[in-house]
Amino acid sequence: MRTAVIGFSALLLATAAGWLPQAHAQTPRDTIVMAKSIDDMITADPAESFEFSGSEVVTNVYDRLLIADPLKRGELTPQLAQSWEVSADGLTYTFKMKPGLKFHSGNPITAADAAYSLQRAVILNKSPAFILTQFGFTKDNVAERIRAVDATTLTIQIEKPVAPTFFLNCMTATVASVVDSRLVQSNAGTDMGNTWLKTNSAGSGPFRLRNWTASQSVTLEANREWHGGAPKVNRVVIRHVSEPQAQRLGLEKGDFDIARDLGKDQIAAISNNQQLKIVQGDLGYIMYVALNQRHPILSKPEVREAIKWLIDYEGIERDLVRGTYLPHQSFLPKGFLGAIEDKPYSFNVERARALLARAGHPNGFSITFDVRARQPETDIGQAIQASLARGGIRVEIIQGDGRQVLTKYRARNHDMIMVQWGPDYFDPHTNAETFAMNEDNSDNARSKTLAWRNAWDIPDMTRRTAAAVAERDGAVRTATYQALQREHQQVSPFAPLLQQIEVAVMRQNVNGFVIGGTFGSTLYYQLTKN
Amino acid sequence: MASASLGQRVVQPVVRLIVSLALTFFGLLLVTFIIGRVMPIDPALAALGDRAPADVVDRFREEMGLNLPLWQQFIVYVTKVFEGDFGRSVLSSRPVLEDIARVFPATLELATVATLLGVALGVPMGVLAAVHQGRWPDHVIRVVGLFGYSVPVFWLGLVGLLVFYAKLDWVPGPGRINIAYQDFVDPITGVMVIDAMLQGEWEAAGSAARHLILPSSILAYFSLAYISRMTRSFMIEQLKQEYITTARVKGASEARVVWRHALGNVAVPLTTVVTLSYANLLEGSVLTETVFAWPGLGRYITDSLLNADMNAVLGGTIVVGLVFVSLNLLADVLYRTLDPRAR
Repeated sequence: MRTAVIGFSALLLATAAGWLPQAHAQTPRDTIVMAKSIDDMITADPAESFEFSGSEVVTNVYDRLLIADPLKRGELTPQLAQSWEVSADGLTYTFKMKPGLKFHSGNPITAADAAYSLQRAVILNKSPAFILTQFGFTKDNVAERIRAVDATTLTIQIEKPVAPTFFLNCMTATVASVVDSRLVQSNAGTDMGNTWLKTNSAGSGPFRLRNWTASQSVTLEANREWHGGAPKVNRVVIRHVSEPQAQRLGLEKGDFDIARDLGKDQIAAISNNQQLKIVQGDLGYIMYVALNQRHPILSKPEVREAIKWLIDYEGIERDLVRGTYLPHQSFLPKGFLGAIEDKPYSFNVERARALLARAGHPNGFSITFDVRARQPETDIGQAIQASLARGGIRVEIIQGDGRQVLTKYRARNHDMIMVQWGPDYFDPHTNAETFAMNEDNSDNARSKTLAWRNAWDIPDMTRRTAAAVAERDGAVRTATYQALQREHQQVSPFAPLLQQIEVAVMRQNVNGFVIGGTFGSTLYYQLTKN
Repeated sequence: MASASLGQRVVQPVVRLIVSLALTFFGLLLVTFIIGRVMPIDPALAALGDRAPADVVDRFREEMGLNLPLWQQFIVYVTKVFEGDFGRSVLSSRPVLEDIARVFPATLELATVATLLGVALGVPMGVLAAVHQGRWPDHVIRVVGLFGYSVPVFWLGLVGLLVFYAKLDWVPGPGRINIAYQDFVDPITGVMVIDAMLQGEWEAAGSAARHLILPSSILAYFSLAYISRMTRSFMIEQLKQEYITTARVKGASEARVVWRHALGNVAVPLTTVVTLSYANLLEGSVLTETVFAWPGLGRYITDSLLNADMNAVLGGTIVVGLVFVSLNLLADVLYRTLDPRAR
């Protein structure tokens, strides 16, 4: 008891000492402090990482054979490989590694490391592994199909020919990062080092992971020896601050250099602050409304179309999300191969009413609408509820936590739903597959795409979408995706309405922050601080 | 007689205590487990994310035993807990016990300072209000208390940040320590101020202490409101008693009558009030922790619950249960020590 009293008193004294005048500490000169919501991060292992925050860290800690460089509008750019070629039959890819590069540990980077990394991702078979296994790799054949011929030559043999851009785009994903095989093997445990790599790093990128504490902070330390040139700052500290107002205050005070999650209102509020500036990039996230085709009314083509005419796209963008979302009505995000900018729909009550009457519902009907309980979804949901009411459709909004909504969606138990979809890798197939393919509409289908979740049975479109990914002629491939999207806009039970913009606000003295956006790689190595 | 009294005095209460603890924890586990399982969230989603392919999800469900009947899952879980294995959190991918050892001290630190401040200010305010019942000090204190009690702590936190951090620059912003000292202080006790002092990092300790001021003051305001109101009503009750009149008649000074005689008798029920308010704060104040980016227990449990991270939720619940039970025991002990009638 007495010890406790003494302990408490000490604590109280220390707190009182805290009242002493303080020189207000700005962030250290060689350190970039970023405020960001990072509670989605569950691992730093590139073979496992598939969430937003985690993948961003992986991008800056690991190198890949090649990347979609956001500085060159996503152009495929060599990173650890210096060149690659495809065999005439389209089945074998040969990568030549750049010579003389080293991992953080000092170990040399060889083709054997690249082969091990890809094999490891396939064998571990975590969430992002399908980006690789869709080319036919299994834990039994991967050692034979992904091989280091010598120290600088890597060959990869895929199951059947695909568009070369498709394969190479997939190799830019974080799951294809190259890990230091010797270091990982010395910490392998029983799971190929998965447990160890969750919280440690074995890469060659511009930064190494010094510390990650879940829902608290990530500390990265510069790799002075990086082959792309030493980063200009010594440390990047990412602090988990989930409350946007707190991010804003810290940024204005100079305690944070960059704030990543300011909402529309906070951005408007700081727009006059001369000490701050805004950088932005288009994100691949598409916000869409989807209609479950098991619903007897929602499955009528006229009703699907009517609902598309009953959304006030313009009003939603203008009043609710300006500066954080762009109007967008097709399934491929801006910046992707084959993306189109067509926006065929607008708010048109007469047209919608005529369509509803033709479908036999002149007086409308009632449906439920699942929406995530967060902004801007809540506001947009209410706007859609109000505009659908003009057409006589009575909408009951059901709000839920993100995972609640998704659980219901994946079980196909919704009527109408509004959620976001982000591409898994930088190739049109990622979105085309999920929005326009449904190989098996039965409940226990193997592939549960978004089309499946809405029970939209489309054997013909599925075939054509599959053909697009095998198309080796780039121009034909582009044209196929464009045509698919236009048809999708007409007939699908999906109404894409917005594409997200990523906005970061930073102090005036901070430069060189590259938002990867659609290209999936936000880069820290060019950051400077004056 | 002697042997019977030994049994009655020592063995029986201990057995009773153990049985009641066991029942409490079993009930706690059962209820939390059921809540977790009836929630309309798929735990596989939490661990793997929305984009995981179906076969990975199936494998995960198999590995985690999510395909077993509920009662079997519960038995498996309880058995493991008895072996000291609380499982891993899917969110942090670390053992739950390790996570709790990290987040609980953060909450402990905040709650302790808040309670100390709450008592140091709340009790005198309550006494003053009682002594000046119905006059202006009483009204002022009532308004101050009512404000603290009724204003959402979330709002209070943000306004506190705006005024004392952004405008006046008296206190530092969100977080537990200045970024310059990030990763400097190795966790020993987990209480950052103490760890920094133990390692001789005085500047870091100062920074950690400064970061405590605002969030703990805001929580303190909340508990102060409650403590001062309770003190006031206890005191009013006591000041009506005959022994007070007797004391005054005997010529005791007014200060002695109020602070010694009356407050002395109020100490006993007040201990229970303070302990309960402390226990409440120890559960973690989710909103305060969110506003101040304070990685504490409340936020940990809430985040875990919303992500269906059931190992973490159950682990956290056991800690909260433990805290409640121990504080109740403590209140009991204090009660016996302070109240001669209970000896």
